[in-house]
Amino acid sequence: MAAVFNRRTALQLSGALIVSFAIPLGRGRAATQPGKTPVDLGSVESFLAINPDGNVTVFSGKVDLGTGVRTALSQMVADELDVNMSKVVLIQGDTDLTPDQGVTFGSLSIQNGGAQLRQAAATARRALLIEAGRRFNVPPENLRIEDGMVHPPQGEPVALAALMDRKGLSLKLDKTAPLKAPKDFKLVGKSQPRLDIPDKVTGQFTYMQDFALPGMYHGRVIRPPALGATLLSIDEASIADIPGIVKIVRQENFLGVVAKTEWAAIKGSRRLAATWSEWNGLPSRVELWEYVRRTKIVKDDVTSNTGDSANALGRATQRLAATYDFAIHTHGSIGPSCAVAQFDGDHLTCWSASQATHNLRRQLAAMFSLQDDQVHCLYIDGSGCYGRNGHEDAAADAALLARAVNAPVRVQWMRADEHGWDPKGPPTLLDMRAGLDSTGKITAWESELFIPNGAAGFVALVGADHAGLNSLGTLSPGGVIQDLAIPYAIDNVKTTAHRLESTPFRPAWIRSPGRMQNSFANESFFDEIAAHVKMDPLDARLRYLQDERGKALLERLAALSAWRTWGKSSHGAKHMGRGLAYTKYELVRTYVGVVCEVEVNRDSGEIAVKRVFVAHDCGQIINPDGLRNQIEGNVVQTVSRVLKEEILFSQSKVTSVDWASYPILRFPEVPEVVMDLIDRPDQVPWGAGEPTAAMVPAAIGNAVFDAIGVRLRSVPFTPAKVMAAIKKS
Amino acid sequence: MSTNRSLIINGESKSVDVPDDMPLLWVLRDVLGMTGTKFGCGIAQCGACTVHLDGKAVRSCVLAVSAVGTRAITTIEAVGNTPAGARVQKAWLELEVVQCGYCQSGQIMSASALLTKTAAPNDADIDAAMAGNICRCGTYVRIRQAIKRAAAEQATQ
Repeated sequence: MAAVFNRRTALQLSGALIVSFAIPLGRGRAATQPGKTPVDLGSVESFLAINPDGNVTVFSGKVDLGTGVRTALSQMVADELDVNMSKVVLIQGDTDLTPDQGVTFGSLSIQNGGAQLRQAAATARRALLIEAGRRFNVPPENLRIEDGMVHPPQGEPVALAALMDRKGLSLKLDKTAPLKAPKDFKLVGKSQPRLDIPDKVTGQFTYMQDFALPGMYHGRVIRPPALGATLLSIDEASIADIPGIVKIVRQENFLGVVAKTEWAAIKGSRRLAATWSEWNGLPSRVELWEYVRRTKIVKDDVTSNTGDSANALGRATQRLAATYDFAIHTHGSIGPSCAVAQFDGDHLTCWSASQATHNLRRQLAAMFSLQDDQVHCLYIDGSGCYGRNGHEDAAADAALLARAVNAPVRVQWMRADEHGWDPKGPPTLLDMRAGLDSTGKITAWESELFIPNGAAGFVALVGADHAGLNSLGTLSPGGVIQDLAIPYAIDNVKTTAHRLESTPFRPAWIRSPGRMQNSFANESFFDEIAAHVKMDPLDARLRYLQDERGKALLERLAALSAWRTWGKSSHGAKHMGRGLAYTKYELVRTYVGVVCEVEVNRDSGEIAVKRVFVAHDCGQIINPDGLRNQIEGNVVQTVSRVLKEEILFSQSKVTSVDWASYPILRFPEVPEVVMDLIDRPDQVPWGAGEPTAAMVPAAIGNAVFDAIGVRLRSVPFTPAKVMAAIKKS
Repeated sequence: MSTNRSLIINGESKSVDVPDDMPLLWVLRDVLGMTGTKFGCGIAQCGACTVHLDGKAVRSCVLAVSAVGTRAITTIEAVGNTPAGARVQKAWLELEVVQCGYCQSGQIMSASALLTKTAAPNDADIDAAMAGNICRCGTYVRIRQAIKRAAAEQATQ
């Protein structure tokens, strides 16, 4: 198997640490050298190094999860420093080298991570220009940088790198260092080819799943047949005939097989005879929502409270109420999670596709009672994760096995491990109420969300739990109360999140966590109100919006989709319809509106999403084509979630552990995606990895209502649910 | 049982000594270090492991090495040497199809096999040939465009 390493040479030069890197994407064997760079968030050199050869190394705590941020972040730094894109090398997610910029989630890589990198580049640029001005004896503002060379008004230019020997980059990051004006951007705002794609098209890209070390073994874990089962006994002789088995590793309820080849490890894990206790502590699936409603509430988070909603509801002349639910989902990575770990004495090195290597380091350190600096975590791009999937858990598994055999061990989960054991998007239940006056004006809005307690903390590592080790885990569903508050101006609003003590499966964030589910309820319910008062869904939203940028976006969406002139049609049992959804993400950033066009078959209950129109305003656009790709992905993934996806389970375990029992969208079902990207180069760039996803569920549901007059309030919208809703109406 | 056997991979004869039941996927990845072909499900449900046997797309995760015989194996590493594969890879690059890319080796192999068999596929042909390859990032929209572009390029040659 292929090996890849970051080869580094660290030079100490005039007080400035300059680190040069080469990342062979090919098949070279490992050759590490020690190297550490500052990682505090206040120093320029934590983020940047300008190397003697003119290359610029960017140290990014935010990692590319397959979304293209490697390219976008490189664009931002290259532009700010006026160096060629080809000179930028981005190192990501290495706890020895990259600052802890927080978990790569929440559509924050550009917005936060990119902003920090850009500020570091701007600080460096200013210092280098001052230094160049001193050398040329001209004011810095008379200098210009082009392709990494500083040009004086007259005379020979000097390379940025040549200015480093005096000043270096040992500078404090200065938040007031002037940023380039939008009119001066050369790279930002223009589509740049993604840096990773050529190798991904030819099979040359080294994914985490492809990474190997010399002398590395392969491991597979054997999970209990029921979530809470305990391991009673194993029969080692049951796999004695498989050549290449190195060791059966058992620690309490953690069970794994280490072998010389991957196939032997797989066979061993399948055939090892083990006896487990019975366990059936999960709720019955048919009673899931009653179970959620019954779960103990540990606190209430009131996410918005305007006026007096209870009083206004009481006085309302018309009242509407509805309950929405959104099923338990898996991340659904195509490549099962993978990690490689190696112990060197009491020092652990772990390669993984974790979206949070600094956090993973703390968790692994806790697991093995090590200090944080005894653990080194390095990121390698993996299969897309769409949130906190199983990558970190695979890291714990690999570490447990590596320690047991005192050799590097690679663990890749099997498909059933990923579907069965990745942390889940928790079941989400929302009660909605509204009150209207006699004119049909909305006077009160109330919502109650039932959702697990906790935020985006440490998700317990499965292997650690099974081995009886502490991995700092807490209930961590992510920021799931976001977007419970609404973007509309209504006099009396109260939105309350009831935070639950527990949830059936270990939860974590899945792309657009909480925002997707809460927006589903909000935008569906808003549509119900509009239909009740016989208002066009677009006009209703415009009526209650006071945000001019939001209104402008809705008008762009209306034009894009020909909302006001489109006429619905039907032939036979098939009925066309359109639905709309809008938000300002988390009420503070990206504006997005979506129109879905569906065809509903009244006889079969099947929904086909034909076209999806997206108007998107995330402020300044860094890489337009990358942005388009993200939006297309958000749409397709969420159409899949809404039409098809639901974790099935018995009272012992997840039973939908493959793509047949947990189907996702396939080619014949893919909608056309039409979009209008609103670029605002003078505004800050906001995220785009999630917001569109949050709009898709309600837009589909509202379109179904438009098509056949039936409300769908439970995701997924399976044919059975559609037929039941038709029957009920 | 382990057997020393010879496989024709990307036009070269390779000798491997592996158990008969080892699927071709792990022969490629783990024994020969050809990691372009990916493990996704192990039960032929996702298409990430797609390779060509005598030009036809097959799932290497369920194909025991003993069943390969003398058929020629083509993988993502060398599909660019075939006319259809080269056009497909070019279209993939031009349209920037990829997001995470984990499924894309399989997508490209299925698309190349389709174009070898059907020079100008319509949407139904694409649906039928590609329905076994799933993508979680949602690049289907671009994959369809890229297949059409590759086909159009073939037509103009």
